[in-house]
This record gives sequence, structure tokens and C-alpha cells, in this order.
Amino acid sequence: MRLKENIAISESGFLFNPNTGESYSLNPTGREILRMISEGKERDEIFRIIQDAYSVSAQSLHRYLDDFLVLLQRFELIELDEHE
Amino acid sequence: MNKPKIRIAITGLNNTDNPGPGIPVIRGIKASEKFDARIIGLSYENLEPGIYMPDLVDKSYLIPYPSAGMEPYMQRILEIHQEDPIDLVIPNLDAELYTFMKASKILAQQKIRTFLPSLEQFEERHKVNLEVYGNKYGIDVPRSTVLTTVTDISKIEDDFEYPVLVKGKFYDAYIAYNPEQVMNHYNKISAKWGLPVIIQEFIKGTEVNVIALGDGSGQTIAAVPMRKQYITDKGKAWGGVAISDKNLLDITHSLFSKSRWKGGMELEMIKTNEGKYYLIEINPRIPAWVYLAVGAGQNIPEALVQMAMGEKVEPMTSYEVGTMFIRYSYDLIGSIRDFEQISIKGEL
Repeated sequence: MRLKENIAISESGFLFNPNTGESYSLNPTGREILRMISEGKERDEIFRIIQDAYSVSAQSLHRYLDDFLVLLQRFELIELDEHE
Repeated sequence: MNKPKIRIAITGLNNTDNPGPGIPVIRGIKASEKFDARIIGLSYENLEPGIYMPDLVDKSYLIPYPSAGMEPYMQRILEIHQEDPIDLVIPNLDAELYTFMKASKILAQQKIRTFLPSLEQFEERHKVNLEVYGNKYGIDVPRSTVLTTVTDISKIEDDFEYPVLVKGKFYDAYIAYNPEQVMNHYNKISAKWGLPVIIQEFIKGTEVNVIALGDGSGQTIAAVPMRKQYITDKGKAWGGVAISDKNLLDITHSLFSKSRWKGGMELEMIKTNEGKYYLIEINPRIPAWVYLAVGAGQNIPEALVQMAMGEKVEPMTSYEVGTMFIRYSYDLIGSIRDFEQISIKGEL
């Protein structure tokens, strides 16, 4: 899983996709997840980091994280590797 | 260094909520440090805002509509040329391009330059010919057909699924979900722009546009893709952002290389969710959002003027992605005496 080329994320959580012209506002958690994706972290590693940092049930986190990743994919912000 | 002085006549001064490209073209020209331009505004109506912008337009003249016929139209242009010499004319509206192309010899004899596509290039990209055009140049286009009578409307369902787009030959496009809506749009469009009315397959996706300039030998001198961010109820971009879309640029370069397009052009495309691009329209001139390209680093009006004056211009290959434009309306204060002058004397 990786962030698509040229996607720019500012410190404020403003994300601009230069390929489509779309822009988004990320909340702090979303920003954190995008940062981890840009660092090359995989889904399970991101899951563990978020679970350690926040008080959230594994079941809820699985659902929220997967929903978020699907959304990022639909908005053409991330690419999944072939085996994912 | 002495900059050359060029006297440039420009149309499309109607900077309204359906803006003509004249004013942004002038802004690009005025931003040039390569030449000094005297701008001669050519306007069809006495309330076109450009007439009342002395910082941008040095002198304005009223001209007849192209529908008055080529003879009175050119007679007026040459009359203006006698009084206020013109080195170059940049027509900016679809409906007048044909007249200027047809009159290119007369204009050239009078030493008035143009930088326009050939009649063949102009004709083949018409909305009614778009399917043939797409096949010729290897670009996907939506299926389309033409309506020349009301009875043709009932035949649409044989070949198309609703919704469809109903388009005028020059301007206007409406989406129709049933034959009744097609009829309504057909009547409105044919009354305004004449026949035929075009029916086009509706392609679901995001509209993306490219402004580009060709030198006539197959080179793309400038190209900036844009995504509309804010659209008026007339479907015009009120805000947009320069995007980095390599596929769009590749399509543009390929088209210019094959067609050897000369002059400005706007490509209107739909990008589907599957990443496929469909050409929905080609505007054979500089579009009204040209100043975005200037702001992003490609001064298309300046390059057009240079090429029209016989200079060689190197292709511009980079631009600042993320450059945005947002339109606004502004109250110009004028005097009724100015209005009187343009209305009675036809010049200001």
C-alpha cells in the first residue's frame, strides 16, 4: 500500500491531489494514518500503532480503518499492492 | 531595450457570468515584457464590460454581428483599420472564427495578421463531426447523432439510453432524461443557435479541460490541464485549479502532432471512474479561463502574439500545479457620456 505520486499533505491536514484537482481536510487521526502510509507502513502495522495510541476496541478499529482505506482508494489517493 | 509595439484588435470583451475570453487574453498580453501592445477592442454590444476598462482596452469599436454577413463585417474591420491601424486580430468567439478564417486573404492584403487554424481543421472538429474526428485522431468520443427536425427526437431511443446530452452547434448543453425534455431543449437551442441540434451519449465521470496552443507544424507550444472547482448555473467555470494529468497532456500532444493545429484550443474531456478519457468538445480558440495558464507559468496569449508576428516560440513544458483561479464580479463605474459615445459614434 502506498500514497499515490505527488499527493501533498500539509501540517494542517489539508490534502491536495494534483492528479485530480480534488482537495480534502483530514482530522488528526486521518493525518496520522496518511503520514504512516507515506512512510511505507502496511495496514497491520498502522492498526497496531493506532490501537496502542487510542482507547478503541479491535473490532471497531478494524472496521473504521478498513473503511478509511477503502475511501482513500476510491478517492485515488492510495494504491494497493497486487497481493493486498 | 526597445520593445516592439504591436497593435492588437481583440473580440470577446463580454466579461459577464458567461465570459468571453477577450479580457483575460488582454491581461496575458499586457503582462508580457516582450512587446508593448495597443489594444483595440472590437465589441458587438455597447455594454460589453471591456469597453469600460481603459487600463486594458485602449480604444473600443462597435462591430456588426457575423450573422450580418462577411461583407459588412469585414468592411467595418477595414474601416477601423484605416482609422486605427491593426497589426494583428485575435478573434475569441466561436461564431466569428469562420468569418475571420474566410477573410484571411483580405486581412493579409491589408497587413492584418491572424493566428488561426485552417478552415479544414476548424470544420473537422465541429460537434457534429466529433465521432469521425475521434476515430481519425485516436481519441475516444461519446456516440452522437444530430437532430434536424422534431420528428428525429422519437428515434433517439433506438440508439441511445437516457439520459443524453442535448447540445447547440456553437454553445449550450443540457442533460435530458426523456424525450419531452429533449423537445424542450431542442426548441430552446434551435431558436438560439439554429440547426442541427446534437444528441450526445452521456458519459459519467469528472470533467477535465486542457488549454493548449499549437504552432501549426505539429508542436504543442503550451498546454495546461484544469479541473473546474466551481461551476455556474450556465456550466461555466467560476473557479478551477491546474492539475497534473499526464494522460491528458499525452492526448493533447498526440492530437496536436497529428492534426497540426494552429492557434489556441480548449479540449473538454470526461475522465471516467475507470480512468478512461472521452473527448466531449473542442473549442477552436482560447477559452475564458486562459489567465489560469498565465498564472501557472504559460503565457499563452503572449506566445500566440509572438508566433502571429513571425517569431519562433519554444514549447513551454512546465507549469505550477495547484495554481487556482476564482472569478468575481466587479462594479465598473462609467459615465453616461461614454455610453453615449460608443452607442452613437460606435467607438470609445
